[in-house]
Amino acid sequence: MAVLLLAEVTDGELNMDATAKAVTAAAMLGDVTLLCAGASAADAAQAAATIEGVTTVLVAEDPSLGHRLAEPVAALMAGLAGDYTHISAPATTDAKNILPRVAALLDVMILTDVSGIVDADTFERPIYAGNAVQTVKSRDATKVLTIRTSTFDAAGTGGSAEIRQIDVPAPQGLSEWVEDKVAASDRPELTSAGRVVSGGRGIGSQEDFAIIEKLADKLGAAIGASRAAVDSGYAPNDWQVGQTGKVVAPELYVAVGISGAIQHLAGMKDSKIIVAINKDEEAPIFQVADYGLVGDLFQLVPELTEKL
Amino acid sequence: MKVLVPVKRVIDYNVKVRVKADGSGVDLANVKMSMNPFDEIAVEEAIRLREKGAADEVVAVSIGVKQATETLRTALAMGADRAVLIVAADDPATDIEPLAVAKLLKAVIDAEAPGLVLCGKQAIDNDMNATGQMLSALLGWSQATFASKVEIEGDHALVTREVDGGLQTIRVRMPAVVSVDLRLNEPRYASLPNIMKAKKKPLEEKTPADYGVDVSPRLEVVKTVEPAARKAGIMVKSVDELVDKLKNEAGVI
Ligand SMILES: Cc1cc2nc3c(=O)[nH]c(=O)nc-3n(C[C@H](O)[C@H](O)[C@H](O)COP(=O)(O)OP(=O)(O)OC[C@H]3O[C@@H](n4cnc5c(N)ncnc54)[C@H](O)[C@@H]3O)c2cc1C
Ligand SMILES: Nc1ncnc2c1ncn2[C@@H]1O[C@H](COP(=O)(O)O)[C@@H](O)[C@H]1O
Repeated sequence: MAVLLLAEVTDGELNMDATAKAVTAAAMLGDVTLLCAGASAADAAQAAATIEGVTTVLVAEDPSLGHRLAEPVAALMAGLAGDYTHISAPATTDAKNILPRVAALLDVMILTDVSGIVDADTFERPIYAGNAVQTVKSRDATKVLTIRTSTFDAAGTGGSAEIRQIDVPAPQGLSEWVEDKVAASDRPELTSAGRVVSGGRGIGSQEDFAIIEKLADKLGAAIGASRAAVDSGYAPNDWQVGQTGKVVAPELYVAVGISGAIQHLAGMKDSKIIVAINKDEEAPIFQVADYGLVGDLFQLVPELTEKL
Repeated sequence: MKVLVPVKRVIDYNVKVRVKADGSGVDLANVKMSMNPFDEIAVEEAIRLREKGAADEVVAVSIGVKQATETLRTALAMGADRAVLIVAADDPATDIEPLAVAKLLKAVIDAEAPGLVLCGKQAIDNDMNATGQMLSALLGWSQATFASKVEIEGDHALVTREVDGGLQTIRVRMPAVVSVDLRLNEPRYASLPNIMKAKKKPLEEKTPADYGVDVSPRLEVVKTVEPAARKAGIMVKSVDELVDKLKNEAGVI
């Protein structure tokens, strides 16, 4: 069994957390070869080579691979597929964009957001916003899967895999990158943070999200949001936690002014400890909370921030 | 330009899903079914393109059981011009896999030659998030997933995508497949007169055999179970009690 795993490389830099978590899952399937693709990927490859359980790192460098566009990366991966039984990636937005395309090029089905590995052909994945978990067995010769990182621990570092440069197919010129709008932040990244504080519609405005930010800073936490908070413009889209946003499983998740719709729970109910602050004692969020506190968030959150 | 919109009939997003005790699947008996919410957004966007003059025809396509006719009628009532239903299953519990859906859509597209496909980012039943990408690969077209803004500029589309780090804008050559995210637009409700009118709009019915596409599944569903339940928590009375519990009971701060 041999696994090709697409490392998460953004602007030449390796996302160690997402990649190392996916390596843990991939290593259950066979020897892991990591693919680092980008306009520049050499530094990422150096970092990737230290992940334990990785045997080889392939480096593909070409300007066409620079902005994680699906078409060139999928063509590259489909070209490499012959040597592997499994093709995988952490279930980031980049991989969700690319891997189904790889699967179709190979005429195989994709398994997205895999949360458990039963054996080399059999996988678990959540469906219906996490209301059910399905076990599926693939009949395809090559298995293509994205791995839900929140359910796997990161592989350690200290390894020293062999690094090999590979050729890149000629670009097809289908899509072209225009710009990225990325907010710089000193806070921990949402999907890898040990603590997350999320705000919902109850916060009421973008200005008042400062209440959430202060609590997050006190806790050294990342910030999340419900869809309603994002749709209302209180928080940026990349803070959305849920069925269609990010999936997180921190040690501590604090939900403030969030009712607990199933679509939100889908993204956070595997957190170790959940705290909910809501003025409505009937709010469904209390059904998954380890500690629930009923009251006005504008009074309780500043008090909590101060007493921590 | 013709715009093709694939729409899926799924369990309504407000329904509390129940897993059958024998592990055979999810209970679909007598539950409310609706158009996949993302697909409503795709239909809305296609109609707006036509209203702006960037498109001249909107064709909705659904693959599944015969009852998906209702979903197509909803798309027609919103404003789609015509619809194609591919009846690929008898049992509502049969979910046609994204690869097979993509192959059927490709066959429709080979015949219809649209300039743009607008599909949903993900179906809220199987949560696959795959069909648009697979379709784009089979067609050899460009793709733009998770769109929160779409602008047509001649033979290109400028698409802003919701990605993990924030937003990314790309320019894709048309024809293209674009999958839509939640913030692209607010879908309209169909008015009663439009619902009546939709009954007269053309709806063509086909089968996979008409297109020579094999829809047999590649994945065998071994079992479907409920996720592990969380153990019941407690209500605390005050911030002081919460801080104490977090420190001394949970040990997370
Ligand atoms: C296809 C689809 C996908 C979706 N995906 C997601 C997703 O990924 N993530 C997601 O989060 N949602 C998602 N949703 C939306 C989801 O269904 C809910 O609408 C959303 O989660 C509600 O957000 P909320 O809890 O912030 O708002 P509300 O449900 O409006 O809840 C606000 C809460 O704040 C409380 N509150 C108000 N004022 C105060 C106060 N002063 N003090 C204390 N508490 C207060 C209220 O009691 C209430 O419980 C999706 C929906 C659809 C249809
Ligand atoms: N059976 C189907 N019929 C029509 N469109 C579909 C079907 N399945 C998936 N789609 C389209 O593909 C999108 C993504 O679905 P999925 O890949 O299953 O998450 C949906 O939002 C629809 O636009």
